[in-house]
Amino acid sequence: MSEIPLSWPAPDGGLSIGPPSPGYDDVPDEPRIPNELPSLGDRIYRGVATACAAVSLVIVGLTFVFLLWESKDIFGEVNPLKFFTGMKWNGGSKDVAVGGLLLATMLVAIIGLIVAVPLALAMALFINEYAPRRLRTVLTSVIDLLAAVPSLIYGFWGFFALMPQLRPIARWVAEHLSAIPLFRLTEPNANLTQSAFVAGVVVGIMIVPIITSVSRDVMSQVPRELCEGALALGGTRWGMIKDVILPFGRSGIVGATLLGLGRALGETIAVALVISLVFSGVNWHVLQQGAGSVAALIVTRFGEATPLERSALIAAGLGLFALTFAINLISRTIVARSAKDWSMR
Amino acid sequence: MITDPTTEATVPRTEPLPVVATPAEADRPRPFSKLPEDVLREVVVAATAGLALAMGLRTVLHWQGLMSTAVVWYLAAMGFLIVLVRSSRGGLAATDRVVTTMIWSVGAIACGILIWLLGFIVVNGIGKISWSFFVDDLGDTSALNKGGGMRHALIGTIEQVGIATVISVPISVMTAVYLNEVKGRLSPLIRFIVDAMSGLPSVVAGLLIYSVWILTLKQGFSGFACSLSLVVLMLPTVTRTSEEILRTVPGHYREAALALGASRWRTVSRVVLPTARAGLLTAVILGIARATGETAPALLTAFGSSTTNVNPFSEPQANLPLTVYQLIRSGNKTQLERAYAGAFVLILLVLVAFALARIISTRSERRLGKR
Repeated sequence: MSEIPLSWPAPDGGLSIGPPSPGYDDVPDEPRIPNELPSLGDRIYRGVATACAAVSLVIVGLTFVFLLWESKDIFGEVNPLKFFTGMKWNGGSKDVAVGGLLLATMLVAIIGLIVAVPLALAMALFINEYAPRRLRTVLTSVIDLLAAVPSLIYGFWGFFALMPQLRPIARWVAEHLSAIPLFRLTEPNANLTQSAFVAGVVVGIMIVPIITSVSRDVMSQVPRELCEGALALGGTRWGMIKDVILPFGRSGIVGATLLGLGRALGETIAVALVISLVFSGVNWHVLQQGAGSVAALIVTRFGEATPLERSALIAAGLGLFALTFAINLISRTIVARSAKDWSMR
Repeated sequence: MITDPTTEATVPRTEPLPVVATPAEADRPRPFSKLPEDVLREVVVAATAGLALAMGLRTVLHWQGLMSTAVVWYLAAMGFLIVLVRSSRGGLAATDRVVTTMIWSVGAIACGILIWLLGFIVVNGIGKISWSFFVDDLGDTSALNKGGGMRHALIGTIEQVGIATVISVPISVMTAVYLNEVKGRLSPLIRFIVDAMSGLPSVVAGLLIYSVWILTLKQGFSGFACSLSLVVLMLPTVTRTSEEILRTVPGHYREAALALGASRWRTVSRVVLPTARAGLLTAVILGIARATGETAPALLTAFGSSTTNVNPFSEPQANLPLTVYQLIRSGNKTQLERAYAGAFVLILLVLVAFALARIISTRSERRLGKR
């Protein structure tokens, strides 16, 4: 076995590793100054990436500008303040206002939240804390699939499959909980389908995935030592969740809920298929036929609307956009801040 | 030291005392989370008692519909469970057990809803698919007659989603590159805006393109207008997922490329993007799945039609969800059967896309894991 020399004598008499390279002496023995200006290719690349990133900004800006611009016709006829606070939508005339429908949209969205938040939190806890590993992957897929199912399919199913099942429940609630004004009926044999309640349940199921995945992320950031500490002190699993995970995740859960609210407000086709739209005021009898939704209003009226009403629909869309955008910004800020809080702790 | 009196007699003091019987057993982890039998027994007893109560009330009070019975069954079973566990193990354990059972049942409810949803569409739709569904349109079939198909809608969906993908994917991926590789000054703002955009109501995207493309630029309703509104909806979805994917590319890949003297662009185009290829494909497929199912923007931009229009750049065009929506709205039985068939194909497309995305991402995860 022949020995391979690991070192050669270097020109200055010391030892260097590896054979001497040609021109070894020509390179000046001082640090190279990195080129401050990136190459042309890199500058083009940066420019293109920045331009693509700016597209999103431009789209949001365009949405505000163009929806405002195209609602000029209706704002010429109706005072904007009156448009957003008035209660009646009289499609054919100049007496249109979207305030009532905005309120009714809120009503449906809040019913949706009442359905969705407990389900989503339980689901998030189940996936994070209770489910065995194999079940966990199955459940994440289930949640992802629920998020991927189109809104149209939810509406279709909600109308033909869910609504007949919800009617007896609505009937029972109306009979036994009529002490609460919201559950009262105007007449004993009122139609209990196509109501805000049904729409709320459908919307609630639709927003479960987003609330689940955001609150899961937040809950999984709770320091594991704290959870283990709670269990080691003899707490039950529920005790650990109640006293450690939920308090830590509180602001994140609030953010996730708001995010779900934004989605619920903007839900279009599912709501349009399920409710029978009320144009004047808010139907506060949530179990009874007739509900409102701005998004559903836009798709149901658009086809047969006059140019003036289309302008009013665009103005209504502007209101919906401003509302959901503000809610989204607030909720994203809350979620981001809750994540930052933990990294500081 | 505590020792077992029986072993003390036989084992000499000089050798270490055997703590456990066999070494093989010592290596094995103690089964910790195995469900004790009595827990299962209590749940089964409570569920049976609840079911009996609910069925009894159902026959006595003449309830209709399965859901009300199910609700009563559930509440009664929970009540029985509290009583059972409280009597044997006390209040704290009872609360814990009831919460555990409730959380498990919520998991079951979520699976149940998904199965009900998919099952409803599949059972009602699968029998109504025929050859003419794919080769015929609704142009010369009246609403009450059978026959006709969805060719026009399928062509519209393929063209509109295809154009939207071609436009939105490069922009989304480059935005993700900007956010994660360039890390420019605008990144926090852009990330914020993209997040807020992902919650944009789909009808607003339709209104935006309607007012820009149709009212201001005076173009007619067309498939291309629909593609533009789908771009608005796909952009945040694909951008966010791509950014997550790019974040999983290990930092030393980039450092190695840069240390070898590659420029920033070469690092991104030759190292980062190829490494993330499978993940990016998943992001694109999920974006396509979302765009395929959107109805509201199509209503305001493509407007729909019952005849086949192959040209996406002029004249109104149909697409699958829009046609299904219009058929449901028309409210007669023949049209409804067509709607079921269309919804079935739609859900099939979404499921195939979802399965494809899953397969690609797990395969790439496995490959990355082996490295």
